[in-house]
Amino acid sequence: MTNAQPTNGPDAAFQDYLARGEFRIQQCDGCARHVFYPRVLCPHCGSTQLSWKAASGAGTVYACSVVMGKPGTHTDYAVVLIDLAEGTRMMSHVVDFDPHAVKIGMPVTARIIEKEGSPLVVFAPTNGQVQNGGTQ
Amino acid sequence: MSLQHMRGQSAIVGVGQAGIGEAHGFTAMEILAQAATKAVADAGLKMQDIDGLATCSSAASMWALPTAEYLGLRPKFIDSTMLGGSSFIAHLMPAMLALESGQCNAVLVCYGSTQKTGTFSRKAMSEAFKLVDPLPYEHPYQPMLPPTAYALAASRHMHEFGTTREQLAEVAVAARRWAQLNPEATMRDPLSIDDVLNSRMISTPLTVRDCCLVTDGAGAFVLMRADRARAQKQKPVYVLGNATAVWNRQISCMENLTVTSASESGQRAFEMAGLRPSDVDVVGLYDAFTINTLLFLEDLGFCKKGEAGAFVQNGGIAPGGHLPVNTNGGGLSCVHPGMYGIFLVIEAVRQLRGECGERQVKDAKIALAHGNGGTLSSQSTALFGLEETL
Repeated sequence: MTNAQPTNGPDAAFQDYLARGEFRIQQCDGCARHVFYPRVLCPHCGSTQLSWKAASGAGTVYACSVVMGKPGTHTDYAVVLIDLAEGTRMMSHVVDFDPHAVKIGMPVTARIIEKEGSPLVVFAPTNGQVQNGGTQ
Repeated sequence: MSLQHMRGQSAIVGVGQAGIGEAHGFTAMEILAQAATKAVADAGLKMQDIDGLATCSSAASMWALPTAEYLGLRPKFIDSTMLGGSSFIAHLMPAMLALESGQCNAVLVCYGSTQKTGTFSRKAMSEAFKLVDPLPYEHPYQPMLPPTAYALAASRHMHEFGTTREQLAEVAVAARRWAQLNPEATMRDPLSIDDVLNSRMISTPLTVRDCCLVTDGAGAFVLMRADRARAQKQKPVYVLGNATAVWNRQISCMENLTVTSASESGQRAFEMAGLRPSDVDVVGLYDAFTINTLLFLEDLGFCKKGEAGAFVQNGGIAPGGHLPVNTNGGGLSCVHPGMYGIFLVIEAVRQLRGECGERQVKDAKIALAHGNGGTLSSQSTALFGLEETL
């Protein structure tokens, strides 16, 4: 693990950090607001000075929809929008939890998993409660 | 020159549709050309009179080129801006500016798609889009787009305002009841609230009956300067206001899932027209999903934020209700060939001309057409009126 700033573009840098096991998001040096998804300029103030900061990983479910698999296959999964504590929003999954029990307002915590060979940020309920069902 | 000055300076003089529902054996361009031919004839013009072209397609990136070639046009004004389903309402303002400046005299706005029966299936198209229009921060989570995006908005509307699935279903039922009065509509079987609630769940809380049809279809209209429009054979339908707004592309980047940029496009269009929602006699809203109608009723000012669920209850927007919405049956029951926006304009024109038979809204003088594109991403509002409203 290193503190060296990545030299790639923001998309690749985000992935590089994830590959190292770090969930980092950008913060604007100009207006101090956090930025997600990663960009070369701040969408709030236009500054091109953005720094990579470790995300707290704390979030809240802002919206949720369960995508229905074929009946009987138990392949339903929850697609959620998560509001990060830093004030940005991202799409994700809630894992280790019955997708139909995911509720708006639920506190969740980020983790990095590997999916199809790439690291991916997903969330699990913060209270650690695990229900049957899980996700695909 | 101000936007207010543009009010009523252009008018729609001809409309046409073709291949509604299923267009077996025809290509998208062929039904587009049929619709365009009808619209030009409806205007009392010849295709050679058309010197402006506005068109786009979700299946081709340079669609204006083959369209000009196929129709035999050499347009002096060309707009192929692609904003998704709102595009053909968004094409109005640039077309009006081109007419006003004298750049051209007659603009054909047209669209055609055979997504239902064509060889390039809807599924193949969405796979292709993952390559040409990637959403790297959404696709890995496998949202079923577009339904999941709208379902997320619905989940939030229900959470914030207590909106119910029954109220969403009211939108689909109202659309069907209008469709039953429209011989051209694709789906005309009876539909109840229970039918909607008990149909197959796609992406909670939306069932298949909360989602628009997947059909073929083509539509076209012709726009001229008001002075020339008065010399054509049909009663001109004047453009009183038009505005477009885009705030985001991805649903995950929408700041507030219960407030769309229709709140901006609507306000600007009403300002240009010098009108208020209470002045509107007949309303067309891009109902790709039932939640759309609720969001746009609120964002365009027909009711307060959070109150659209109650507004549509008990047939509020169905035939005989307090506001006629989507009188052709909408994208939910009439036609939805990938991009629906042009059919909103055509229905507005037909209502104002008094050509709608059983579904005709009595004494309709002002119509609103509101288009949506992407995943609640682009919004375009237009207000139309008859001569007496100028």
